[in-house]
Amino acid sequence: MSDAADLLNTSRDTAQTPSPASSTATVEGYNFAFLDEQTKRMIRRSLLKAVAIPGYQVPFGSREMPLPYGWGTGGIQVSAAVIGANDTLKVIDQGADDTTNAVNIRRFFARTAGVATTTKTSDATVIQTRHRIPEAALHEGQIMVYQVPMPEPLFRLEPRIVESRKLHALGEYGLMRVRLYEDIVRHGAIATTYDYPVIVNGRYLTSPSPIPKFDNPKLHMNPALQLFGAGRERRLYAIPPYTPVESLDFDDHPFEIQKWDAHCALCGATDSFLDEVITDDAGTRMYVCSDSDYCGSRTATKEVA
Amino acid sequence: MNALSNAALRAVQPMDEPLLRVAGLSKHYGDRIGCTDVTFDLWPGEVVCVVGESGSGKSTLLNALALRHEIDAGTLHYRGTDGTLHNLSTLDEAHKRRLLRTEWGFVEQNPRDGLRMNVSAGGNIGDRLMAVGARHFGDIRSKARHWMAQVELDPARVDDMPGAFSGGMQQRLQIARNLVTEPRLVFMDEPTAGLDVSVQARLLDLLRSLVERLHLAAIIVTHDIGVARLIAHRLIVMQAGRVVEAGLTDQVLDDPQHPYTQLLVSSVLPV
Amino acid sequence: MYVAVKGGERAIEQSWDLLAKARRGNPDVPALSVTQIREQMRLAVSRVMSEGALYDETLAALAIKQAAGDLVEAIFLLRAYRTTLPRLGTTKPIDTATMRLSRRISATFKDVPGGQVLGATYDYTQRLLDFALLAEGEANDAHAHGGREPLPGEIRADLAQDSAHVESNGAAAPGEVTIPPVPPISATPRVTDILGRDGLLEALRADGTDPEPHDLVHSPLFTPASRTARLQNLARGDEGFLLALGYSTQRGYGNDHPFAGEIRIGQVAVEIVPEELGFAIDIGEIAVTECQMVTQFGGNQDVPPQFTQGYGLAFGHNERKALAMSLVDRALRTQELGDAVTSPAQQQEFVLYHSDNVEASGFVQHLKLPHYVDFQAELELVRRLRAEHAAKYGTQAAGASDGLAAPAVQNTQEAA
Repeated sequence: MSDAADLLNTSRDTAQTPSPASSTATVEGYNFAFLDEQTKRMIRRSLLKAVAIPGYQVPFGSREMPLPYGWGTGGIQVSAAVIGANDTLKVIDQGADDTTNAVNIRRFFARTAGVATTTKTSDATVIQTRHRIPEAALHEGQIMVYQVPMPEPLFRLEPRIVESRKLHALGEYGLMRVRLYEDIVRHGAIATTYDYPVIVNGRYLTSPSPIPKFDNPKLHMNPALQLFGAGRERRLYAIPPYTPVESLDFDDHPFEIQKWDAHCALCGATDSFLDEVITDDAGTRMYVCSDSDYCGSRTATKEVA
Repeated sequence: MNALSNAALRAVQPMDEPLLRVAGLSKHYGDRIGCTDVTFDLWPGEVVCVVGESGSGKSTLLNALALRHEIDAGTLHYRGTDGTLHNLSTLDEAHKRRLLRTEWGFVEQNPRDGLRMNVSAGGNIGDRLMAVGARHFGDIRSKARHWMAQVELDPARVDDMPGAFSGGMQQRLQIARNLVTEPRLVFMDEPTAGLDVSVQARLLDLLRSLVERLHLAAIIVTHDIGVARLIAHRLIVMQAGRVVEAGLTDQVLDDPQHPYTQLLVSSVLPV
Repeated sequence: MYVAVKGGERAIEQSWDLLAKARRGNPDVPALSVTQIREQMRLAVSRVMSEGALYDETLAALAIKQAAGDLVEAIFLLRAYRTTLPRLGTTKPIDTATMRLSRRISATFKDVPGGQVLGATYDYTQRLLDFALLAEGEANDAHAHGGREPLPGEIRADLAQDSAHVESNGAAAPGEVTIPPVPPISATPRVTDILGRDGLLEALRADGTDPEPHDLVHSPLFTPASRTARLQNLARGDEGFLLALGYSTQRGYGNDHPFAGEIRIGQVAVEIVPEELGFAIDIGEIAVTECQMVTQFGGNQDVPPQFTQGYGLAFGHNERKALAMSLVDRALRTQELGDAVTSPAQQQEFVLYHSDNVEASGFVQHLKLPHYVDFQAELELVRRLRAEHAAKYGTQAAGASDGLAAPAVQNTQEAA
C-alpha cells in the first residue's frame, strides 16, 4: 500500500514522544504534520489575514489530502498548519471522540506529527471538531478548529460566488433577513436549527459551520481562538478570542436554543446537547449527552462520589 | 412613521433646485446609437414621461439614468437629501446600491423581474426595510400591510406569494416594494404595458395619487402617449435615439411641433 | 443497560482487513500486476493520469490496482500523492504541432497534409463482445506475443538477452537484440494552423501580452475566470460531467454546430530551460490527445466573421475527454465572444465549480458521515412545529406511529 494509506493504517493511538523540532520528518518520510513547510506558511498567512478580519472568508490554496474533500480536509490543513510538537490534540465528531472519522483524523496526526492526543477538553491545546462545540468552557490559549462544508452562509440564497462576494463587501445582508422573515411567516418561528447564521464583530455574516444552534452562544466572547477551515471550497475564516458574535434574529422573535424534556440517561445532565438513541424495535428512546468527554467525566465524578 | 417623514421634509425643501440634472447624455452600442445628447432637469415632485416607439432610445435612456449602464458621454447629477449635487458617474458601487435601495426606486416592466417570486408579499415589501436594518418582525409586517393598502391590495394577503396575484396586482406589489423606503425619485419602465385597459387606468390613477401625496419625482418610459397625458407634468419625445420635442405635457399634446410628435398625438385612439 | 457505542478504532482496522481481501478477490486467481494494468488497460491509465493531473503510467496503474478498478478513487489516490511531490520547475509549453502521430483525423476536410491517420481506435469496430478474449490469459501463456511483429521501440522479454539497447540504424549485430527504431518527433501542421494562416480561424498564437497562466493548484479559482484557469480546470475535470455538458450543447443548450478541426494523438517532447544552462533541453516525451473544435462566429464591427476555437487536451489516449472538453471550452467562451449566456454549459460558475470529481465524490459521499446532531436539531423542530400545528388546527393528536410522543423514554439511569 502506498505511504499515504499507511498513515491511516497505524494501530498506535497512544501519545508518542514528540519530536524535538517541529520540522523533523517522521520516520515514514513525511514532513511534520504531513504538509510541507511552504504550504503551512501559506495557510498561516491566510489564517493571520482571517484573524485580522473576523468572519471574513479568506481564499487559500487548499491541497488534496489523504482524506476526501468533504471529510475534513480544511480542518486538517488548519490544524496541520498551527500544531506544534508540544501541542495536545483532541478530535471530535458529533461531539464524540470515538466516532470513526474523529478516530481517523486523530490517528492521522498521531502518525504524522507524533503529538500527544487526549479526549479531555480541558487538557487539549488544539481541538478539531465537526458539528459541535464541547460543553466544557474553553480557556485562553486553546485553539478550536472547525471543519466547514460550506463556508458561504448565503449559498442557498445566492449560489453565485461573484454575487455573494459583492454582498459581503457591501455588508448587504437583507437577503438573509428576508429568508428568516419568511420562516416566521411560514412556520411561526425561524426554521434554521443548525449552521445558524451569525454576525461576527458586528460586520461579517458568517456560517458557524453545521453546529446546532444550541452551540451558537458559545461562539460569543470565547477566550479561545476559533479557526474555520473549508478545504473543498478553499476558504478560511476566524473568530479571534473575545469577539462578539451575534445570531441573527428579530427583536420580537429572539434567538433561542434547543431544549429537551429529558436529561442524559447516563450522567443526568440537563444542560448539554442530547443525542436521541433508539433502543428497540418498538421505538423506545433514550437521550444521551452528545459530548462524550463531558458525559464521561460527569459519570466518573458521580461514581467517585 | 416618525413625526417628520420624508414627504414632509421634502415639502420644506427649496423648490428652485432640480433633483436630477442630465446634460448631453449619450449611450452607444458599438456604432449603433442608443440615445444621444439628452439634456433635461427633473424637479422634486415632478413626473416626466419619455415617449417613443421601440427603438427610440427611451429604455436606454432610463437604464442609463438609473445607473444600470455606463454612459459614453455627458453628465448626470443628483441632489442628495443634504442638498449637495453628486456627480453620479463618480459614485462608487456601495453608494450606488444604497441609493437604488433607499432614495430611488425602479419599477420594472414585468413585475416578475422586480419582485422576489419565492418570497411572500410582505417579505417583498419588507425587503428594503430589512436591508437598511429593520429588526422587528411585527413592525415590518404591519408596514408591509400598510403599503399594501396604499396600493389598493388587500392587506390580509400579506403572506401570499406573488404568484398568487394577478399581473396588475403584482405590478402594484412591485410599486409598494419600491415606495416603502419613501424614495424621492422613481424610475418606471412601461409600468402599464401588458395590462388590461381598465387595469391600466386604475394603476395610473393610483400612481398619480401616490405621486401627489408622497411628493415623488418620477421618470416614466412609455410608448403610450395616453399614459403621459394622464400622469405627466412634462413630456420628452424621442425618435431614433434623439430628443425631438420636450415641454409641458398639455402644451406638447395640444400643439405638437415636430412631425413625429404630431404622428404620435394623432394616432391616439379617442377614449 | 445502554452502553455508549465504542470500539470505533477496532471497527476501522477490521474494515481495512476486509477491504484488502475484497481487493485481492479469490486468492486462487493470479494477482493482477501493475505492469499488466499499465499495458492492457491503457485507456483507464490515461484517464487516471489526466484527471489525477500527474503523468506517470506506472503510478496510475498502481492506483487503479489499489482502487480495485474504481477510477475516481484511483484519481483521488494520484492527486493525494501529487500533493506530496515538490515542484521542481516548469516546462516550456508543449508543441503539439510537433508530434509523433499515432492517430490524426480532421472532420473539416476530406484530406489534409500529413493525411488522415486512423491509428488504434475503437471507432470502426463493431461492438460485438469478443469471446476469444475470454480465453486469453486464462492459462498462463508463455507465447503471449504469438509471432507478432514488434512495434517501434518495443522491448520484448522473449527476445532480449541482456539489457536492451537501441541500434540507430536498425541493423542487428549477430546474437544481439534488435529493437525496431522509433521514428523521430516531427512537425505536422494542424488543420487549424492552416485555417489560421488564411485568417479564417481566430488568431491563437500567444504574443507578448499573454499573461502567465493561472495555476489552480496554488491559487484558488475566482470567477469570472481567465481562459487558462478554465482550461486547467477542464483538463482535470471529470470526463462524464464534461461529456454530458458537451452533449447538451449539441442538443440545443447553447453553441452553434461545432466541427472537429483536428484531433491528434501522439508523443510530444517535454523541454525545460535550466537556469544553469540558459537553453532548452529535452527531458523526455509524453503522450497527449488534443482536439480543436471550430465553430462559426458571425463577427461584429471590429472583427469580421471567422471560426472560433474550442480546445481540449488530455494525457495519454483520451479522445472522448478531449472532444467533450473542447465543446465545453467553447461554450464557456460564449460571453467573451459577445453572445448571451443561456445554458448550463455556458455558465462558468456552474461548470467550473462542479467539474472536479475528487471534490464532487468527497462531498457527495460525505453524506455517509454521521450527521445525527444536526438531524436531532431538525427532529426537535419538526416535532415542535407539528405540535403547534396540531394545537392550531386541531389535527389529530399524533400517535405513537408519528413518533411525536415517544412511546417510552428512558430517563433514569439503570443501576450498573
